[in-house]
Amino acid sequence: MTELTKHEPTTVYIKPSTGFTALNLRDLWVYRELVLFMIWRDIKVRYKQTMLGAAWAIIQPVMTMIVFNFVFVTVAKVPTDGIPYPIFAFTALLPWGLFVTALNQASRSLTSNHNMITKIYFPRLILPVSSVLAGLVDFAIAFVILIVLMIYFKVAPAWNVLWALPLFLLLAIVTALGVALWLSAINVKYRDVNYALPFITQFWLFVTPVAYSSKVISENLSEKWLLIYSLNPMAGVVNGFRWALLGAGNGPDAALWISVGISLLVLISGIFYFRNMEKTFADTI
Amino acid sequence: MTIAISVKNLSKQYRIGAAQQKFRYGMFRDVLVDTLMTPVRIYRALRGQGMQGTNGTATIWALNDVSFDLEEGKVLGIVGRNGAGKSTLLKILSRVTEPTKGTVTVRGRVGSLLEVGTGFHPELTGRENIYMNGAILGMKRAEIDSKFDEMVDFSEVGQFIDTPVKRYSSGMYLRLAFAVAAHLEPEILVVDEVLAVGDAEFQRKCLGKMSDVAQQGRTVLFVSHNMSAILRLTQEAIVLKKGQLIKRAATPEAVDFYLSSGQAESGERVWEAEEVPAASAPFRPISLRLKDRSGKIVDTVRSTEPVTVEWEYRLDAPITGLRVGMYLNTMRGEYVFTAFDTDDAKQYEQFGARQTGRYISRCEIPADFFNEGRYSLGVNASSFGVRRYFMDENALSFNVDISGAPGTQWPEIRQGPIRPRFDWKIEKIE
Repeated sequence: MTELTKHEPTTVYIKPSTGFTALNLRDLWVYRELVLFMIWRDIKVRYKQTMLGAAWAIIQPVMTMIVFNFVFVTVAKVPTDGIPYPIFAFTALLPWGLFVTALNQASRSLTSNHNMITKIYFPRLILPVSSVLAGLVDFAIAFVILIVLMIYFKVAPAWNVLWALPLFLLLAIVTALGVALWLSAINVKYRDVNYALPFITQFWLFVTPVAYSSKVISENLSEKWLLIYSLNPMAGVVNGFRWALLGAGNGPDAALWISVGISLLVLISGIFYFRNMEKTFADTI
Repeated sequence: MTIAISVKNLSKQYRIGAAQQKFRYGMFRDVLVDTLMTPVRIYRALRGQGMQGTNGTATIWALNDVSFDLEEGKVLGIVGRNGAGKSTLLKILSRVTEPTKGTVTVRGRVGSLLEVGTGFHPELTGRENIYMNGAILGMKRAEIDSKFDEMVDFSEVGQFIDTPVKRYSSGMYLRLAFAVAAHLEPEILVVDEVLAVGDAEFQRKCLGKMSDVAQQGRTVLFVSHNMSAILRLTQEAIVLKKGQLIKRAATPEAVDFYLSSGQAESGERVWEAEEVPAASAPFRPISLRLKDRSGKIVDTVRSTEPVTVEWEYRLDAPITGLRVGMYLNTMRGEYVFTAFDTDDAKQYEQFGARQTGRYISRCEIPADFFNEGRYSLGVNASSFGVRRYFMDENALSFNVDISGAPGTQWPEIRQGPIRPRFDWKIEKIE
């Protein structure tokens, strides 16, 4: 038998939390290894018992790109600022795919791990956070295809891609996490989220310039509607990706700051809502 | 002495909504009405009134103003019947759920032997699951590394450590899961034997581990229905009744108090009016009893003697197509049988429709039926395909004593939940 390690044990105070709970991010730091383990588990089991395995990370965006290419080039003839459509669409499908996967996985992360929640303590935030971050692996795999496409179409990014791309990626993650925190916490009590989610992501795809250029929007919408349109943080992400990788559009502008602001607002309110609902998770799940 | 756990005025309130009343008859009309009521529900949900709707929300205090201190290195037993608040107390101590009122101060890491296998993923290998599960239980990677070999030895899965656990037998799975939990080495260990899974052998291993931990000077909280285990393993015990702490004393005294105060698992379960959900009307369970041959209520059944199960209930309105019956489960959760009082066609003709009144449904489980161990009796009253009036999956649990049963001359554990006495014929043919 191993001997009892003699160190000063930490003291924990358990009491009912009142009003808005303190964020207690320190706990998240203490459990940082668990975040890594959860990400690792999600990645490990994601494509288990599939024939094509991680190839799905490539097949999904590539097939969507082909369908978009048919609909928006052959049928609808959408302008793309002079960029070949396949690469134009794929650049947007990358962050969009990351966002949708993250949203789907994270919104269900609490209910699919209900046996952990009802049996042991750990900061519940770990579940949606790790689900969102696990999506980065698919993103990295699909990114290789983007590089291949860029070489094929002879498109070279400007130098600012080095700082801009990580920042836009971060914006996509922050947005996904913010929305997922709201949805996952609601999902614990109301499983309606499961049914609403496909609808939400579909609707969101239409209001994000993934298949079409944001120029089409700015040319056809009045000032007021344009402002409403730019409330969508994913529009900022997609435009940012196109600008950083392909040099399309004008780069960061006022609309982007609106995106960033909205995204942070959703994240912060999401964290507070989540922390506030957290105490009832084990009882209501 | 330092205080390891300090509980002050701890209370926990649960809502017991009548939500299960939804779709009582499973009819299309109900579904339709429910759909049309959606806007009303959304409005209520947004106003924070929950899903209970017009039925209102009943609440119960699972724990009510419980206070006690526990010194470091002490082993405390917690006894009380089902629903007394034992598991709720452990859940609050392990921070799974929050108290409604009161505070707890816990000095050190709380580990529990009921968390076995939490977070195990069937697609991951044994090795991967050890790391995963260890991390979930709060171990650091380095800590898992250093105990890894010990855990593998303990679990006896050896060469299968790199096989996905979905290919494991249930025994291997359980041993591996337990190996991780047992090596957590928390300062405070909570053991809920009521919820323990596994066979007798496995449970013995759990208890063995528990006394090891206690001998190392760590604090242990032990919940059990098994009074002999409580007496053997703890020096001090508290008795909970309907969420309140009604006694704290040296274990023999506390157990004595518990047994004599008539609320022990005495082989009888009585349903108080407030324990019966409103949704079960007009069926109203009264009591469930186990009786031996002489008609005495027993909590320990002798395997070599028949035992009578009696369920007393009242019908506040006539019910047609009624069947009243029981499930028998092992503590592992395996079903042994399901039987209803109107299983016999003739019986059903006569008693399928029952008038208002008080009834007893009684049957005898024959001698030489049970194997050694603990069983749980569940009850069910329903009209097939129409409605389930009342169900309690764990209404009563009891122990079986096997002295005199077939094969007891060999001191070994016999597999399987039943222990029949067969009429063996042995002939020499050559």
